Amino acid sequence: MIRDPVLVVRNATKRFGGVLALDDVSVDVIAGEVLAILGDNGAGKSTLIKCMSGVHRLDAGSIEVDGHPVQMHSPADARELGIETVYQDLALFDNLGPTSNFYAGRELSGPSWLPRGMRVLKRREMTRATVDVLERLQVTLPDLGAPVGLMSGGQRQAVAVARATAFSSRLVILDEPTAALGLREAARVLDIIKRLRDEGKAVVVISHAMDHVIEVADRAIVMRRGREVGELVPSEDSREKIVSLIVGGEG
Amino acid sequence: MAEQTDSIEASDILEPQQVGDGQTDDDPGTEPTGDVPTQATAPGLDGTLRFALFLLRAGPVLILVLLVVVIALVTPLFLTPRNLGNVLAQTAVIAVLSLGQLLVIVTRGIDLSVGSTLALATVVGALVFQAGNSSFLVIASMIGAGILVGLLNGVLFVKGRIPHPFIVTLATFTLVRGVALWLSEGRPIQDMPEVVQVIGGDSILGWLPISSFVVIGVAVAVWLLTTRVVWGRWIYAAGGNPEAAHRTAIPVSRILISVYVFSGLTAGIAGFLTAGRTNAGAPTFGNLAELDAIAAVIIGGASFLGGRGRVTHALVGALMIGVIRNAMNLANLDSFFQLIVLGIVILLAVESDVLRGYLENKLRLAQAVRT
Repeated sequence: MIRDPVLVVRNATKRFGGVLALDDVSVDVIAGEVLAILGDNGAGKSTLIKCMSGVHRLDAGSIEVDGHPVQMHSPADARELGIETVYQDLALFDNLGPTSNFYAGRELSGPSWLPRGMRVLKRREMTRATVDVLERLQVTLPDLGAPVGLMSGGQRQAVAVARATAFSSRLVILDEPTAALGLREAARVLDIIKRLRDEGKAVVVISHAMDHVIEVADRAIVMRRGREVGELVPSEDSREKIVSLIVGGEG
Repeated sequence: MAEQTDSIEASDILEPQQVGDGQTDDDPGTEPTGDVPTQATAPGLDGTLRFALFLLRAGPVLILVLLVVVIALVTPLFLTPRNLGNVLAQTAVIAVLSLGQLLVIVTRGIDLSVGSTLALATVVGALVFQAGNSSFLVIASMIGAGILVGLLNGVLFVKGRIPHPFIVTLATFTLVRGVALWLSEGRPIQDMPEVVQVIGGDSILGWLPISSFVVIGVAVAVWLLTTRVVWGRWIYAAGGNPEAAHRTAIPVSRILISVYVFSGLTAGIAGFLTAGRTNAGAPTFGNLAELDAIAAVIIGGASFLGGRGRVTHALVGALMIGVIRNAMNLANLDSFFQLIVLGIVILLAVESDVLRGYLENKLRLAQAVRT
């Protein structure tokens, strides 16, 4: 089952002052697959996903989406291309409910002849669509009316992930989605990630939790000091090899 | 005004779920700023927490009702139509200003200039009336002066990259008052058009001030804008998490400028009402009005941390200030007692907001444990 990659990073290089954060890194991201990016702190994982999501621009190398080279100048550009990112801070509006969070900055509204800020919100449509997405991903919230600031860590993570996938995105990038979650909440988030993959989306995950990576990732690349040092299928058998790649032993 | 219990921040919600889940049949008069009510009948910690939160969120309304009942019992004069009309007339200016201030505070800002802007608007209106005798131009110039000062505040804050709106509006607070003094040569200017006098000063039925309808009109407009229109949603988003608002491509800079423009607009309207009531323009009008407006918004439960605050509660906060002042006047108490009481009310309001945050956090933890 070979599918065309959704996004390809070719020979990416990124420098911050004298620090080489990315050194000639190439990655294929494929639809219907969960790709884990592993590495110790400062290995370049975050820089890599920030380049994929339009936060940073590459100093050298290129990014292709569906086989076409693209220039992304901002996260909004990446989003236009169907690339959504969930950062560790989740970027949720704690004072607003799930629906407002889902549609922040892209509210359904009308009529279209009015300036955008003065258009009337289509609240019922937005609520319905939000309920649909949450149902599809089997995210259960105690109260769809409550502001997300009142929800637990797992529920907030679920809302953030669901928001990222709500709008026909093709690639979802998740930065440490299970960090700071309890066992059961983490398991739920992993279930959501699997469902995204089963829907045919491409998923990129940064995680330090090896158990979670083994459970959910189809493929993993390991980075060290800005370089890609290995690619393998995470499993119980390869666990030791992964760890030694991360810490820099020979493997 | 129908009290809709759930907040604006939850405005996207399925209607039937709106009223607080923890609502029980318990005594609604339970002191909302006090301890967690132990007599709550809702099952478990969760129910108790939810009920306590419901009380805290409805707090300003409950306190106002309590206050009115107590004052009415103590001073029979209070509940007469004539006196209630007085309260409404005296509250109108604070109420209009507080509606503008509300939006500013929701975006984590503050507008100290509205009292000065009010004065400038009355002076400009009076001068325009002297020059041209046109009611339309007088009204337009008062509103326009307010909008201009608001625009100045917003643009200085956002484009001038001044670190906090406190500083910007502190500067315009004195600057605008100075301009008003200069234009009027430090003196009140008599005479306003008939229509301004009627709207600002007359009553119907012998007691109900027409200015109250202006307040209701502005309040309904703000309520619609904040709950039904994209602009309002963006104000709450930019106040709740400015960084995330940037990332989701919400035009944060324009939103910030717009709330100061709106606040200036309310100052223009407040100037219009003041000029009408006094039949004059004067550079001394609106002295300390900005602090009343801020106090009203804070008493109404809005948070200086941004993203939180409701139209109905800001109005309740304004009414509370008006009621307290009126009651103490009726009781013949010195005005320094008014200041003391108002200070205590502000402290209680802020402390109950702290308690609310604490309980919400507890509720969240309780949910995390349960799931």
